[in-house]
Amino acid sequence: MSLISSWLPYILAGIAIGGQYALIAIGYTMVYGILRLINFAHGDVFMWSGLIMVYLITVMPLWLSIICVIIFAIVLGTTIEKVAYRPLRTAPRMSIMISAIGVSYLLQNVALYITGGLTKTYPSISWLQKTVDIGPATTKMVTLITPILTIVLVVGLVMLINHTKIGMAMRAVSRDFETSSLMGIDINRVITVTFVIGCGLAAIGSVLFFSNYTGINPMSGAMPGLKAFVAAVFGGIGSVPGAVVGAFIIGICENIIKGAGWTTFSDAFTFVLLIVILMVKPTGLFGEKNIDKV
Amino acid sequence: MARVTLNKKTKLVLSFLGIALILLGSYLADEMIPASSNMRMFVTVLEKGAIYALVAVSMNLLNGFTGLFSLGQAGFMLIGAYTYAIFTIPAAKHADVYMYFDGGAIQWSIEEALSGSLGIVGHYLGMLIPIIGAGLLVALIAYLIGIPVLRLKSDYLAIATLGFAEILKAFFQWNTLGPITNGSNVLRKYATYDNSIFVVLIALISIAFIMLLINSTYGRAFKAIRDDEIAAEAMGVNLFKHKELAFVISSFFAGVGGALLAMFQGTIAATPFTTTMTYEILLIVVIGGIGSVTGSIIGAFLFTACSEWWLRGLDAGTWLGITSEWFRPGFRKVVFAVIIMLIVLFAAQGIMGTKEFSWEGLLSWFKNLPANLKAAPAKNKAKAQAKKEAKARDKAAKAQAKEDKANSAAKAASGEKLFEPLPVYDHVVVFKEGK
Amino acid sequence: MKPNRDIEVMRLSDITMQFGGVVAVDNLNLKVHKNEIVGLIGPNGAGKTTAFNCITGVYEPTNGSVTINGEVVIENYPQGKMKDTYKGRNQGKYTESKAMLPDKVTKLGVARTFQNIRLFKGMTVLENVMLAMHMNQKQSIFGAALHSPLARKEEAKMKEEALELLKKVDLYENRDDMSTSLPYGKQRHLEIARALATKPSILLLDEPAAGMNPQESDDLMKFIGRIRDEFDLSILMIEHHMQVIMGICDYIYVLNYGGQIADGTAEEIQNNPAVIEAYLGVDE
Repeated sequence: MSLISSWLPYILAGIAIGGQYALIAIGYTMVYGILRLINFAHGDVFMWSGLIMVYLITVMPLWLSIICVIIFAIVLGTTIEKVAYRPLRTAPRMSIMISAIGVSYLLQNVALYITGGLTKTYPSISWLQKTVDIGPATTKMVTLITPILTIVLVVGLVMLINHTKIGMAMRAVSRDFETSSLMGIDINRVITVTFVIGCGLAAIGSVLFFSNYTGINPMSGAMPGLKAFVAAVFGGIGSVPGAVVGAFIIGICENIIKGAGWTTFSDAFTFVLLIVILMVKPTGLFGEKNIDKV
Repeated sequence: MARVTLNKKTKLVLSFLGIALILLGSYLADEMIPASSNMRMFVTVLEKGAIYALVAVSMNLLNGFTGLFSLGQAGFMLIGAYTYAIFTIPAAKHADVYMYFDGGAIQWSIEEALSGSLGIVGHYLGMLIPIIGAGLLVALIAYLIGIPVLRLKSDYLAIATLGFAEILKAFFQWNTLGPITNGSNVLRKYATYDNSIFVVLIALISIAFIMLLINSTYGRAFKAIRDDEIAAEAMGVNLFKHKELAFVISSFFAGVGGALLAMFQGTIAATPFTTTMTYEILLIVVIGGIGSVTGSIIGAFLFTACSEWWLRGLDAGTWLGITSEWFRPGFRKVVFAVIIMLIVLFAAQGIMGTKEFSWEGLLSWFKNLPANLKAAPAKNKAKAQAKKEAKARDKAAKAQAKEDKANSAAKAASGEKLFEPLPVYDHVVVFKEGK
Repeated sequence: MKPNRDIEVMRLSDITMQFGGVVAVDNLNLKVHKNEIVGLIGPNGAGKTTAFNCITGVYEPTNGSVTINGEVVIENYPQGKMKDTYKGRNQGKYTESKAMLPDKVTKLGVARTFQNIRLFKGMTVLENVMLAMHMNQKQSIFGAALHSPLARKEEAKMKEEALELLKKVDLYENRDDMSTSLPYGKQRHLEIARALATKPSILLLDEPAAGMNPQESDDLMKFIGRIRDEFDLSILMIEHHMQVIMGICDYIYVLNYGGQIADGTAEEIQNNPAVIEAYLGVDE
């Protein structure tokens, strides 16, 4: 009993952070599934969503600013795709990856300029900060809400992918880019929708994440972004449920490591996990195998 | 186009003269420019530029010449910097530097020991040995990391090397290793050089080595792997061995670069060796041209000159006489990032593309300059015309495609099949008669 | 030069390659003798290129063995998950698992060309050929970088041999051009020259006449005959141009749906009912 009560807070925190990573990871895994691109800028879109919230809350009510943040993230993400990725779609793989790194660098530096490098305090959303009791542990509402909201959103997304026309188009494009464009699928629309979904979810994730961690600076997006990407790889890149499972596993393990007093290595653990999975099963938990044609 | 041709001897003499001039220049610059002068920035740019040039060239060896998209550079530099610093802190200073760790575990300094017994020679040897040692240690670690990681495909490799860099960073900040690494506290008071020529010379030798390597048969093998792994393998190139070679050598020089950076800065901590640092080095390579050593060098000096000197005003309120309230800290980096994005999107070749510096190219360029300048207006006009035509063609093609699409949609709607696929067996087309 | 049917240089025994549930090559048995030109034909998707990939180590065959110059270099049998899903005909004959990477196979003297030309596009014609000689160099990487006497000697020798080779394949004038700037036909020649630079005893050609007109393929035919004599080669080639296959091949194997449906001389193949059926379909 005492074992449970001493570890439960960490596990709960892990589930919460896992849900937040999951919301970011979906953006990575979907973009990778379709463009075969690690969207290095995705973590910075996430950071920017948090940053914008700090400014918006001063001029409008909470509900409106949350909506605005989501719209902002979507506009930012789709603009990045149009300006920085679309012109390079036929260029070598490395160019588009460099472009993504360039965008990430730009977003971080603009944020650095605007904030003056200071850590901003995220507005406190009182409802999410309420304390609740779960068994022997006391925790914040956000810890409870995150996994539920994540799972609802993911189920919705999976339904969208499996049962709508645009979802079918997405699956087709991720399977074979060339052929599906020959079949009359509007590739640009599919990609835009992908970015809309990915960035929208990242924005929701940012509200939950920063409600928990309150401090936000231009580098806040980098580490969660990388971890979310690892989650996507872990679950099998291109697979939405895989990314979610991966994110929860990473979130929980990370907090258990913190609980064990190894905080220095909690970030490094993620990468150990990445390297292990790449060695043992490069396709991830739910990924499909690709055979290179010679 | 008139081309200048020089014989081998002339080129060699020119190269020696050029190198001698650079070394003498850097020596004199450091000696003559007083510390209070504004031009002191020149020395900073020279030293930091040389270090970044070396690190960028080492990254280019991987990314540009071997086609391995590795993002571990900052992690390798970190090990290099720490290794150098740890072994050159004078014994007497240990208590002060390692004040949270009871003076640390290592109580001696290679530099001190050697300069004690060999004087001035020992002083330089005592710095050189830890630098090379730093490189070797990094090379060893890279070798071990390479065994699992180099089997991965391009973007997975990028993310795995990035991951290793993060792990290394965490490792060096680990408190348990504190007696050696000083945990998350800075290392300082270690031995450093007295004149820029030291940094410039080491960077120069290292870059020359990489360049010679690229021009050897191994360099050809690296390029073959970059161009087509499968064909390279079919031509007898052992993929793993050569990737590992490129990775280890690149890392060695990243380690040396890290050691030099530690000397340049005077203090070292793990925190600045972030992925952003790796990104900056990568962007230097991109500015210069992926696959050009000369480009990386030019890119590195441009980068450091801009960020340390020329664009400084953008952070301080006044730049080129323009004063604006926009110019506050951080604006320089924004401008810089925008320039980089423009290069990535509109000039993907960078400054040099895959071309290299040669005396002949330089002299030809100067010789043809007047003629080119004269011809430039006409050329630009022709270019604009061609662009216009291409645009018109594009438009027409788009309209045609739209029309085709509409037509086929109409046909499909009316139930007409566009074509009946025939069974095609290679070159024998079988026409089946109606059943 | 007459093929010597007493010396066997390469043998494939029961080679089966299965991807998931698809059997791409099913129980292929094939022999190449010294100085023989062997043709491997079959409709698209018959598994010819897959067979090449099994020989050169790009794929690890699911079952069967490859013997080169009397030595078994690749051998495999269905294991792990494959055991239950294996659908090939021949089972239980092999017990060893020996795989070989493509570069090792090349070192044994098997060189290949590719169906969709794979030249090193960032390199000149001369460099493309010199690269293929890299594996036989004795210089160390430090020697190479520091231009040691051995490195300089080897580099000079490599260049001389490469130029010699380019002369033989009529590419000497193009030696300093970028490989991809060559016209299509010359790119094919360069691929062959590059393969020859590895000093092979067996040459695998994957559709060398693809995309060529009758005149060009006629030239190619003579060219292949000539290099066989000049370099003392045994050749295994995949080709669709019947004119080329029937013109130069001493022996022909026919594949369809991964399976081997016939083998024999050109004349035998032309009259084989199974081959006619595979290519032309059956009358209904």
